[in-house]
Amino acid sequence: MRWLILLLSALVLAAPAQALTPAEATSLATGEVESRITALNALLAGSADKRIDEKTVALIQAMSDDSVKFTDTAVFIMKDGKGFDPVTGAEKPVPETAEDVVNNNEMRSELDAALASIKLFSPDEKVRTEAVKTLAGGEISEAKLPLIEKAFASEAVPAIEDAIGRVRSAMLLGSADKAKRLAAAQALGATGTPATKTLLLDRLKVETEPDVKSAVEAALRTIEGRLAWGERLGVIFTGVSLGSILLLVALGLAITYGLMGVINMAHGELMMIGAYATYVIQNLFKAYLPGAFDYYVLLAIPASFLAAALVGAVLERVVIRWLYGRPLETLLATWGISLVLQQSVRTIFGAQNVPVENPAWLSGGVDVMSNLTLPFNRLAIIAFAVLVLAGVSALIARTRLGLFVRGVTQNRKMAACMGVNTARIDTYAFALGSGIAGLAGCALSQVGNVGPDLGQGYIVDSFMVVVLGGVGQLAGTVYAAMGLGVLNKLLEGWQGAVLAKIMVLVFIVIFIQKRPQGIFAMKGRSAEA
Amino acid sequence: MNPSRRLAGKSLTAVALGVAALGYSSFAQAADTIKVGVLHSLSGTMAISESVLKDTVLMAIDEINAKGGLLGKQLEPVVVDPASNWPLFAEKAKQLISQDKVVVTFGCWTSVSRKSVLPVYEELNSLLFYPVQYEGEELSKNVFYTGAAPNQQAIPAVEYLMSKAGGGAKRFVLLGTDYVYPRTTNKILRAFLHSKGVKDEDIDEKYTPFGHSDYQTIVADIKKFSAGGKTAVISTINGDSNVPFYKELGNAGLKAKDVPVVAFSVGEEELRGVDAKPLVGHLAAWNYFMSIKSPANTAFIKKWSDYAKAKGVAGHKDKPLTNDPMEATYIGINMWAQAVKKAGSTDTDKVIAAMAGQTFPAPSGITSMMDPKNHHLHKSVFIGEIKADGQFNVVWKTPGPVKAHPWSEYIPENKGKKDEPDLMAKK
Amino acid sequence: MSAVLPTSSATLVPRIGLLSGKSWGAVVFALIVVAVIVPLLNLVVPAGSAFHASDYAVQLVAKIMCYAICALAMDLIWGYTGILSLGHGVFFALGGYAMGMYLMRQIGSDGQYRLPMPDFMVFLNWKTFPWTWAVSDSFIAQMLLVVLVPGLLAFVFGYFAFRSRIKGVYFSIITQAMTYAAMLLFFRNETGFGGNNGFTDFKRILDIPIATPTTRMALFVITGITLIVFFLLARWLVNSKFGRVLQAIRDAETRVMFTGYDPLRYKLAIWVISAVMCGIAGALYVPQVGIINPGEMSPAASIEIAIWAAVGGRGTLIGPIVGAFFVNGAKSWFTQAFPEFWLYFLGALFILVTIFLPQGIIGLVRRKTKEGA
Repeated sequence: MRWLILLLSALVLAAPAQALTPAEATSLATGEVESRITALNALLAGSADKRIDEKTVALIQAMSDDSVKFTDTAVFIMKDGKGFDPVTGAEKPVPETAEDVVNNNEMRSELDAALASIKLFSPDEKVRTEAVKTLAGGEISEAKLPLIEKAFASEAVPAIEDAIGRVRSAMLLGSADKAKRLAAAQALGATGTPATKTLLLDRLKVETEPDVKSAVEAALRTIEGRLAWGERLGVIFTGVSLGSILLLVALGLAITYGLMGVINMAHGELMMIGAYATYVIQNLFKAYLPGAFDYYVLLAIPASFLAAALVGAVLERVVIRWLYGRPLETLLATWGISLVLQQSVRTIFGAQNVPVENPAWLSGGVDVMSNLTLPFNRLAIIAFAVLVLAGVSALIARTRLGLFVRGVTQNRKMAACMGVNTARIDTYAFALGSGIAGLAGCALSQVGNVGPDLGQGYIVDSFMVVVLGGVGQLAGTVYAAMGLGVLNKLLEGWQGAVLAKIMVLVFIVIFIQKRPQGIFAMKGRSAEA
Repeated sequence: MNPSRRLAGKSLTAVALGVAALGYSSFAQAADTIKVGVLHSLSGTMAISESVLKDTVLMAIDEINAKGGLLGKQLEPVVVDPASNWPLFAEKAKQLISQDKVVVTFGCWTSVSRKSVLPVYEELNSLLFYPVQYEGEELSKNVFYTGAAPNQQAIPAVEYLMSKAGGGAKRFVLLGTDYVYPRTTNKILRAFLHSKGVKDEDIDEKYTPFGHSDYQTIVADIKKFSAGGKTAVISTINGDSNVPFYKELGNAGLKAKDVPVVAFSVGEEELRGVDAKPLVGHLAAWNYFMSIKSPANTAFIKKWSDYAKAKGVAGHKDKPLTNDPMEATYIGINMWAQAVKKAGSTDTDKVIAAMAGQTFPAPSGITSMMDPKNHHLHKSVFIGEIKADGQFNVVWKTPGPVKAHPWSEYIPENKGKKDEPDLMAKK
Repeated sequence: MSAVLPTSSATLVPRIGLLSGKSWGAVVFALIVVAVIVPLLNLVVPAGSAFHASDYAVQLVAKIMCYAICALAMDLIWGYTGILSLGHGVFFALGGYAMGMYLMRQIGSDGQYRLPMPDFMVFLNWKTFPWTWAVSDSFIAQMLLVVLVPGLLAFVFGYFAFRSRIKGVYFSIITQAMTYAAMLLFFRNETGFGGNNGFTDFKRILDIPIATPTTRMALFVITGITLIVFFLLARWLVNSKFGRVLQAIRDAETRVMFTGYDPLRYKLAIWVISAVMCGIAGALYVPQVGIINPGEMSPAASIEIAIWAAVGGRGTLIGPIVGAFFVNGAKSWFTQAFPEFWLYFLGALFILVTIFLPQGIIGLVRRKTKEGA
């Protein structure tokens, strides 16, 4: 924050300024929201001709950061626990009774807009670009027009000038002058933001001049066309995102089922273990390495893999191995295991959901188009799913372990005759599948809840992917996951979430009738399934 | 083959006897205590919200017992776990009343659970205190509703959103989980919005199933809808679906000052599981916030923190939080104790009569009063904005307590309904 | 294989009666308990007496008897035919919903809104009944639906599944999909079955008030008799030639095909019969428990039916009934005494029974008596 103050101070050092008075500081920090906003606008109104005092700027910035306290008589800017007088900048002791300044949404919008208008004159290009973006996304208010005109006139960089021009057009849309309105409507057609659309729609309701009206309508049509593209891409992205999650969730299951014919009903709980491992790592980082908190995810990935793999290996050795050759019983036994795992987690961590925060680099998103924001966490999950898939394929195709796994999958008895220790391969493969489930849990912790019921939400989906994809190759799982993800999202946009899911389930049931072994069936002769 | 048939006979007999034993096993001994039932889910999807209410009841019982109990006897809690399973709620309620002989029950959260136990309480003439905000449209002689009716929560919140201070919203997305509380509340809100001149094309009603976690499409729809005018989202999403919804909202860049979301089922407890920084500025409407400054609240929070630490309540022993249903439970059990003292007995009808007009200094800073006729509390409404630390800033409140209208005037079928329960048994 | 025909019928399985004499005695005893003794103990014996059967106990036992019918149905398809269904809960729930619809109509205008429509339709702003409620006014018609709806769903699903020769684990998984899809469908309020609230707050059945001890006892007796009748029916089925083919299908289906039988017909027939049994159980369950909600269709509920059969002992018919009583009795006790440990117990039960007691409790008892004898 300090550099910002310096920056702002730098830009205001150039010309003489109107000093901040104690009365102005008080009117800004205390009282009803209405009066505070009026005071704020009054402070800015003068700035079209004069500079704004750096102290005023500092106060506005501090208020936006929620670090201002007040009493009946005085206002304090808080920095590092100490209070400073906004007018003189000197340190002042803060009385016990001082309260925090509370900003509601309206006040926050006004403060942001005020700061943005001041930053329009910053010498730094990036700051100016950000400032224009903030102004474009917020409320378009007439009060700021003189300031915008001034910025428009003095702007040198063409890209920023265009951006300011658009904001100016948006403001001019409500002007009394018809020519200005017409020019504004035409200029706005070149943009594509939803905020502009709102503005044009509102204008359409009150516009009387026919040629301005048609210009507004034309602009609206252009904008809607552009927005429609954003929506289409958005649907595809959400489908791919869901598909990548389904892939992570189902990959482990596909491996164990292909190898041992075991449908592991505790698969969801293995994911839950991975998610809780992520939570534990997060807490460790919070307690011992707060500075490196943003990197906890990198450590959580191997941790969740190992935790889930370990539990999976134990399960295989203790329970599943005794049920070899009895898949239906294994189903029931693993269901029992899932109940035990859920309840243990409830006992250890409580029945409540536990909070897992996104690290800073996974929060927010990238604005690809005006109405299409791709959240970082979902992009990261897609990338992660691709990496995991690549890793597992490489493991299966290129390593000795993979060779043995493939051999045992295709013909267990033959592989045993060739000297493969099938029991050990079973344990490794099960641990691998469980570990991947743990990785899925780690990914899920970044987009949804982490609680004892995490696994239950995904168990049916993962089965569907495995059943659809077949167990011949990993490619089946990939196609099934991606296909189901995109199909689900397409249907959701059309019929709503629940009907989409039902239709997908019915589709799978029908597909299985036609092709009982799934998309990629096992090749070879086996009379009995 | 033959042994199996003999076995069949033996087994049938064994089964019959075993079952009989089960039925006879739990006979309530007439000890010298007053039994209080606690009917909250301790496992399953609702455990997240409900389990803390069980502890609140236990804390209040400890407090009352420390002061000497009631009518010279100590209170004894009987805790059962209906496990978020609605039919099990009815069975457990029957067990509490018939087997354990409780004189009052504090319980239920979802409207389904309440509706499934209602016939039990009416038939066996026992008392239920229901502490959660709900959709109204019900008034039973055997229930005291200490949570908010829609006019004490939903309607003031929408009024705030439409005001300039709340953002001056013109279009509304009514987003809820698909069950009776959101459906009924949205029906009331739609009628209310119509009465304020908002047209149907500016109202978008959407429902997601329980446990839904993928809100990408919904958030994209909200973004699209908001392009048509200043939009506010009224969220009646329940339980853990709130977390993925808020995460998606934050990551999609929908800030509170652009599209404010007011939630009716999100309180301090629900925010515990969420990183609140992207949610700063979104709203919730309740009759109590932990951040309210009042002497009664300071005392309440301290009592709870001490209790949670002493008993090792999961989650609360490290970070104690209080919320609206906890406050409602606390008010309810204290009012019940006062009514019992006034009536001089725990008999249901006498206590019901003594409950009328009971007052209690509520942690929310007002003097809470039980309406003399309609079995609901008078409550003040507070609108809070989420802060980065998961607490709420109170940005608006009603000038004084609001009387409940369980039969909303915005539903035409309610015309002519009395503001008091039907005293005649429904047969 | 020898070409000599056996001279005596010793190697052929002897023709036996339905049950042994002692077992018939047990059945009659059970009938008397259900139809005579329990009603006496509940209705006639005064409440304070030590012999009184409390309302709570009666209702609990009735509920478990409905579950026992489901377990019996599961044994027919799993124990005797080798088809593990993890979606039988949907048939139970559909039967329950059919009965529930009738009971909702019986509420008449006594609901919260004093209108002749169920409350949930009022808050959905529906003015007329959807087509699914067309015959819900008539008891006979709804009872037919109790049988027809689960039966039809089972027939369609089973026909396509068995025709495509879907077996084993794949079949179990798609039954899960079926019940999950049905659950999602019924959770939607727009589907017209009360959504998450389901149907509750019943007042009358056949114009007799439902919340009285006599009505409840009558329902109890009917349930008990139904259970016994179904048991006898199942016994007859598995002892017949039809039953033998089923067991052959369980043991070696391909061989059965080569012997000239068409497994599709047999599997489909037993599948539909078991679905209808579950449907009837559901219809008896709803008026006694007082609520039906899509949670009954959840995959977890269906898996529990399988566990009752497994715990009791598959392929014995009496085993699943024992299993249902044991598991549900334990559930009732645990959720009262040690609520936090109930899931541990249930999970451990699943694991131990499948690993160590594949024949279930009945198998264990049988082994013990054989060792003793």
